[in-house]
Amino acid sequence: MRQIFKPILGAALLCASLVNPAVAMNEVQEVTSDSGITAWLVEDHTIPFTALELRFRGGTSLDREGKRGEINLMMATLEEGAGDLDAQGFAKARDSLAAGFTFDSYADSVSVSAKFLTENRDEAMALLRTALLEPRFDETAVDRVRGQVESIIQSNMTSPNDIASKALNAQAFGDHPYGTSSNGTFETVASLTPDDMRTAHKRALVKDRLYVAAVGDITGSELAILLDKLLGDLPEGGPDLPEQITPNLQGGINVIPFDTPQSVVMFGHSGIPRDDPNFIPAYIANEILGGTRESRLMQEVREKRGLTYGIGAYLVPYDHSEVVLGQFSSSNSVVRESIDVVQQEWARLAREGVSAAELEAAQTYLTGAYALRFDGNAPIASILVGMQMTGLERDYILHRNDLINAVTVDEINAVIQDLYKPDELTFFVVGQPEGLKSE
Amino acid sequence: MKSLLSIIVLGLSAPALAADVTNFELENGMDVVVIEDHRAPVVVHTVWYKVGAADEVAGKSGIAHFLEHLMFKGTDTLDAGELSATVTRNGGSDNAFTSWDYTAYYQRVAADRLPLMMEMEADRMRGLQMTEDDVATERNIVLEERNQRTDSDPSALFREQMRAAQFLNHPYGTPIIGWRHEIEQLNRDDAFAFYRQYYAPNNAILVVAGDVDPQEVKALAETHYGPIEPTVDLPERMRPTEPPQLVERRMTMIDPQVSQPYMTRSYLATERNPGDQSEAAALEVLASLLGGDGATSYLGRKLMFDDPKAIFVSAFYNGASLDIGSFGLVIAPVPGVSLEDAEIAVDDAIETFLSEGVDLEQFERLKTQLRASRIYQLDNVESLARRYGAELTIGLSIDDVQSWPDALEAVTPDDVMKAAQRVFDKSNSVTGFLLPDETSQEAGE
Repeated sequence: MRQIFKPILGAALLCASLVNPAVAMNEVQEVTSDSGITAWLVEDHTIPFTALELRFRGGTSLDREGKRGEINLMMATLEEGAGDLDAQGFAKARDSLAAGFTFDSYADSVSVSAKFLTENRDEAMALLRTALLEPRFDETAVDRVRGQVESIIQSNMTSPNDIASKALNAQAFGDHPYGTSSNGTFETVASLTPDDMRTAHKRALVKDRLYVAAVGDITGSELAILLDKLLGDLPEGGPDLPEQITPNLQGGINVIPFDTPQSVVMFGHSGIPRDDPNFIPAYIANEILGGTRESRLMQEVREKRGLTYGIGAYLVPYDHSEVVLGQFSSSNSVVRESIDVVQQEWARLAREGVSAAELEAAQTYLTGAYALRFDGNAPIASILVGMQMTGLERDYILHRNDLINAVTVDEINAVIQDLYKPDELTFFVVGQPEGLKSE
Repeated sequence: MKSLLSIIVLGLSAPALAADVTNFELENGMDVVVIEDHRAPVVVHTVWYKVGAADEVAGKSGIAHFLEHLMFKGTDTLDAGELSATVTRNGGSDNAFTSWDYTAYYQRVAADRLPLMMEMEADRMRGLQMTEDDVATERNIVLEERNQRTDSDPSALFREQMRAAQFLNHPYGTPIIGWRHEIEQLNRDDAFAFYRQYYAPNNAILVVAGDVDPQEVKALAETHYGPIEPTVDLPERMRPTEPPQLVERRMTMIDPQVSQPYMTRSYLATERNPGDQSEAAALEVLASLLGGDGATSYLGRKLMFDDPKAIFVSAFYNGASLDIGSFGLVIAPVPGVSLEDAEIAVDDAIETFLSEGVDLEQFERLKTQLRASRIYQLDNVESLARRYGAELTIGLSIDDVQSWPDALEAVTPDDVMKAAQRVFDKSNSVTGFLLPDETSQEAGE
């Protein structure tokens, strides 16, 4: 066995052909309802249920002045009573149908993820419709969820991870909505009323900022009818979206003292917009720097030196700004060394770029891994909605690996020159780091 | 709603909805399970060893998990890190996990790469190599892991202390990652000794799930795993057992990093046993009825709605273990309610539950959800593969794994109440309070 091992390995690498995602372009249908709501659909009748993903652009960035946390609280209260049903009545009805509804909020969007059985689809959608269109926001329900949010705000104040990200976001984005937690503060959350919830609801869940995908046991015509019933009566438009902002991360190390055996470190600087023509090369570059276990940061900080359990870097393109971020934790005694290594790797990347071999390895990984994302009705629905929000076409799924493979060493290294700025890399360290002071 | 329920009952009883599962055994004793899902050209390849943290010798806590890390070093034919690098280059992802009862290695990759995965996994079943340097660096990584996941997290430390108090004699009381002072002393010889004793085909289960043909998997498994010699005289998995618990145990932990205080209680409870899962099924249903969903569960209704004393309340059952399991309750009180009062409220609610019995409407809703979960779970073949692996390594048979949903659906309200009467015995419990340090309150903003 050992003798044949190497040749087989080599052969596999040579013929590292691409697996196309099961979802081919001609399988993603575009469905438009009578009232003009558009959705992407992948029909798959293997399992008798459907995953439905709704997203509304805007998200917690639409919080009004002095009302930080209102959209987060509103989304968390949507299923706490709707139509004729109070919170418990709604939950009982949902459980009787064995349906699942999840309501989430993010900086640039709010989302509704539903799964429901084919045999009671109409009843499940009628119930979801009440949550989306007739939420009650009973005072007791708002108070109960408010208590949960306040508990989270309280806990975040003693969590090193949250302290670090709060400091980074405050520095990067200041008064812009991205600069503060979407949970709000004790003061703002305490002041929110059921009327605020109704207002937030009307501002956030609007038809012209809606994106829809459905995957599973449903046909196009069934989906079209469902969409009008479920979403047809939503208000049309919402308030202005926030302004564009350039992140204010100019370099330096910020130490925030906190009594813990291990320091949490977050770092970052300005990034690249998702719709930039160079986003794909930048994405590959980030993969090489801090994506997988094979990335430079993982190899240098973890594998070679044993300074951390894990480290990663990420491109974070918001709708109205963009950053490159990274994170790790190291014992207080070695965190300074870890930061040195990160700085060196950042500088080396900016100075030397990546090699042809690194690019090729990243391309092989990314193109192979793409198909693996399409694993289940809900994950596929989520990908399809994300594509719509990013402005991608349905056939992107087919072309995406070609775009990755088309990137040359010269191209990626030109993008790296623009993107990675060692002098601007700004660190936020929460802990008791030895030999490290704010600078 | 009533008529609807009956539709569901009829609809979901269709037998065609079971996952396509094949199982067989290689001549060297390695068990193989194949779960087919042809919706995407992807495969999950997992090898489960029937050894975990509870099989360690005293004084070497963490060796099972440390070895799991070292398994990514090298073999006679692979350089350190080459296995993961190869998986990555092939567009896959890989990982491993250690529990008290098992250690598992997994790769998720395009289906046509299965032979390569098998080849590499079979190679490291017997051919592991590592230098002293590898061992020293990896030990630091594990210490950083413990720092990150346990020592920096008061809730994790609290859980660790709770378990240590729950199990006086059984190794389930020792943390999987190990006690820090013992991790610091683990060495290359310890790792190799553990490896040689337990890593063998007749102590392993291969679970392959995804776009594969069982006959092809069989041929591949025979090629790659088949030639590996079994270990003769594998010892029975006999761990020290618990002495009778005579008195309830209590602890209070205070930590400045805690913001939301909570109380948790854990009772020793019957685990799932081969050929006999009825008690475990009743406990699983009991946990869902008491604490499954905040708005509809018994404790949620009582303590978050009727008389709102809790921000969060839940019940849980850990029954998927080789030896004894546990049943737990947790309550996080609203501001102004002390943990003492929260505990009294939970105890009162449990007492009322024991006298009132099961709410039959709630029971029917839960049964509906259990039936629906058979449909939903078909969408996630990876979690199904994990279930098979984890449950087979705790001594259950394929039949036990497959009949577990039936066991859950066969539970009657009477079964639930009998299980509740048995499990809620305070002299069989540990109660813990986790509190913020009131003397060093953070300054707020």
